[in-house]
Amino acid sequence: MSRLIKQGRIIEDNWQAPDADASVTGSHQILDLEQWLALEDKAGRAVMLEPGQAPAPLFDHLGDIPLVAVNFPVFTDGRGFSYGRELRERGFSGELRACGHFIRDQMTYLHRCGFDAFQMAEESGLEEAVASLADFSEHYQAAIDQPLPLFRRRH
Amino acid sequence: MYVYDEYDQTIVDQRVAQFRDQTDRFLAGKLTEGEFLPLRLQNGLYMQRLAPMLRIAVPYGLLNSTQLRKLAEITRVFDKGYAHISTRQNVQLNWPRLEEVPDILAQLATVQMHAIQTSGNCIRNTTTDQYAGVATDELEDPRPYCEIIRQWSTLHPEFAFLPRKFKIAVCGSRQDRAAIHAHDIGVELVANASGVVGCKILAGGGLGRTPVIGSVICDWLEKKHLLTYLEAILRVYNQNGRRDNKYKARIKILVKAMGVDAFREAVEQEWDQLRDGPTTLTDEEIERARSFFTEPAYRELDADSVKERLDAASASDPIFGNWVRRNTVDHRVAGYRIVNLSLKATGYAPGDITDEQLELVADLADEYSFGEIRSTHQQNLVLADVQADDLYALWQRLQKAGLATPNHGYLTDMICCPGGDYCSLANAKSIPVAEAIQCRFNDLDYLYDLGPIELNISGCMNACGHHHIGHIGILGVDKKGEEFYQVCLGGSQSKDASIGKILGPSFSQQDMPDVIDKILATYLDLRTEEELFLDTYRRVGIEPFKERVYVKAD
Repeated sequence: MSRLIKQGRIIEDNWQAPDADASVTGSHQILDLEQWLALEDKAGRAVMLEPGQAPAPLFDHLGDIPLVAVNFPVFTDGRGFSYGRELRERGFSGELRACGHFIRDQMTYLHRCGFDAFQMAEESGLEEAVASLADFSEHYQAAIDQPLPLFRRRH
Repeated sequence: MYVYDEYDQTIVDQRVAQFRDQTDRFLAGKLTEGEFLPLRLQNGLYMQRLAPMLRIAVPYGLLNSTQLRKLAEITRVFDKGYAHISTRQNVQLNWPRLEEVPDILAQLATVQMHAIQTSGNCIRNTTTDQYAGVATDELEDPRPYCEIIRQWSTLHPEFAFLPRKFKIAVCGSRQDRAAIHAHDIGVELVANASGVVGCKILAGGGLGRTPVIGSVICDWLEKKHLLTYLEAILRVYNQNGRRDNKYKARIKILVKAMGVDAFREAVEQEWDQLRDGPTTLTDEEIERARSFFTEPAYRELDADSVKERLDAASASDPIFGNWVRRNTVDHRVAGYRIVNLSLKATGYAPGDITDEQLELVADLADEYSFGEIRSTHQQNLVLADVQADDLYALWQRLQKAGLATPNHGYLTDMICCPGGDYCSLANAKSIPVAEAIQCRFNDLDYLYDLGPIELNISGCMNACGHHHIGHIGILGVDKKGEEFYQVCLGGSQSKDASIGKILGPSFSQQDMPDVIDKILATYLDLRTEEELFLDTYRRVGIEPFKERVYVKAD
């Protein structure tokens, strides 16, 4: 079982990574977008988005999805930041998980974009990575973690 | 100018701490070169040919004298005693040591400065008119909106890993001195039919390998929607901009590929989601931003008698009179002039300034210009609020320091990137070409006869020297390991913006002064009485220039 950071703590993961060949029936199997789209009953089923897979097809099912994973095959591809924020802005309240090759220095931004779980390709640095979530205590912009921009909060 | 409160200071201080930790981890081998790369770039740190280069942010080109003195001290303690003004109005250090960069940033933070997002694939320093607030042709001061954009774009969580760099410029005057057509987003303050000032939004302009003039995405936008609209544009770009080829990754390529109408539609669709949300600007916020850019305590002066005295001083010292005529500009307030300090003296790299010059300018700003200084995208400095009666005393001190070359706006006031002498991206050197041209054309009467000419030099395709939008543009190219220079003509950075056209095959470095000479001679032969270089070029086209330059020797 792999470990990940969720809501600021390191926990054991009970979800299976997507696998195009895997049976899609397992209750803790994350599906790729194609598998997920093919499902008739989407209730309780988790899905992973790759870069280039904008989240629009998920918008009508947000209440049914317990987990959306967003994969970062390379950390310099920032499309997933927008995906996360768009999902949260439209009311997604399940787990939003960043997966893959993002680096800890991006976690504070990912968190601001609505990600609450971080599954890093390299698990050895998780303890140190948690600290990165606290890199900044104040922000200018509105985002998911702080829906009011600083200019509406300054005093 | 804008003054940090505890929030701004906290953010900048925490960024310094974050970067210190990142640098430590890199030096300890815990971050790979590839991982550290975007992190250091987002803090303005390049690895150059000989040493790292640190680009310090000067938001919309505004500095105070305390900041200038700090910059002087930093160049002395951490560098080689000089700095360079970039074409994004920023300040560059050419010789810092990587391990000392966090200390430099900590020093900068003590004077409300930083290097955040001066590089990397993120939203860069917002630029504007160097005459903002004092220009005679201004509809509204753009700086409050620049500051609003600065805060919104600083450490924006969604847009730190864009397909490519992203540059925004704002202009609020009739003449465009901020080159908004050559930016990823250009914002122009304009009045609508009822006279209400709002924002015209352009997108998809840019230089680099594929120069494009920006397209109008929105004719008029209520000011309160500025940030949500920008956010919508960025969101469309972040998700749809190309990431497979860095030369096709700028927003200009996306706008071209989608077509302006489809791009606008996609932006409007995103905007529907964001519009009227919490990022919508409040009247209080706009007022707060404006409150930092109020008028200094101008004296009430009698314009006529001031002019009389200045004319008399100019007449009795023609060298002074010439400098006034060439390097100072009309001010909105009677009795004041805008003063351009030329960083284009022959024999010095364009845009370079020494620690002592920095300190002198700080003193002069305190004495004569309410303690403020502006940097320009033409790589000069400006004292924006000088009483005409003080010009003589100011000029004498500038002259002694080599800061009074009376060439502002003329051929030798060229824009020039650091080029192959420093930059590891460059294909060719640019500073020696600039110097050779400055040496050849150092006769001031000849320069004035030529009239205002913008000559821009870039050492490579990345076009930091804005060669595409110079009336004469020079681009360094690499041909089988040798440095050559391509010339283009007819570019313009004004509201009638245009991209220069390539003259023909490239030239060797030693031929460049002759080539420029032939281009200028063609213009002088063909011009009508009132025509500037660009007017003549637009009337006669490129052919006569081509014929003269490439004529075969008999």
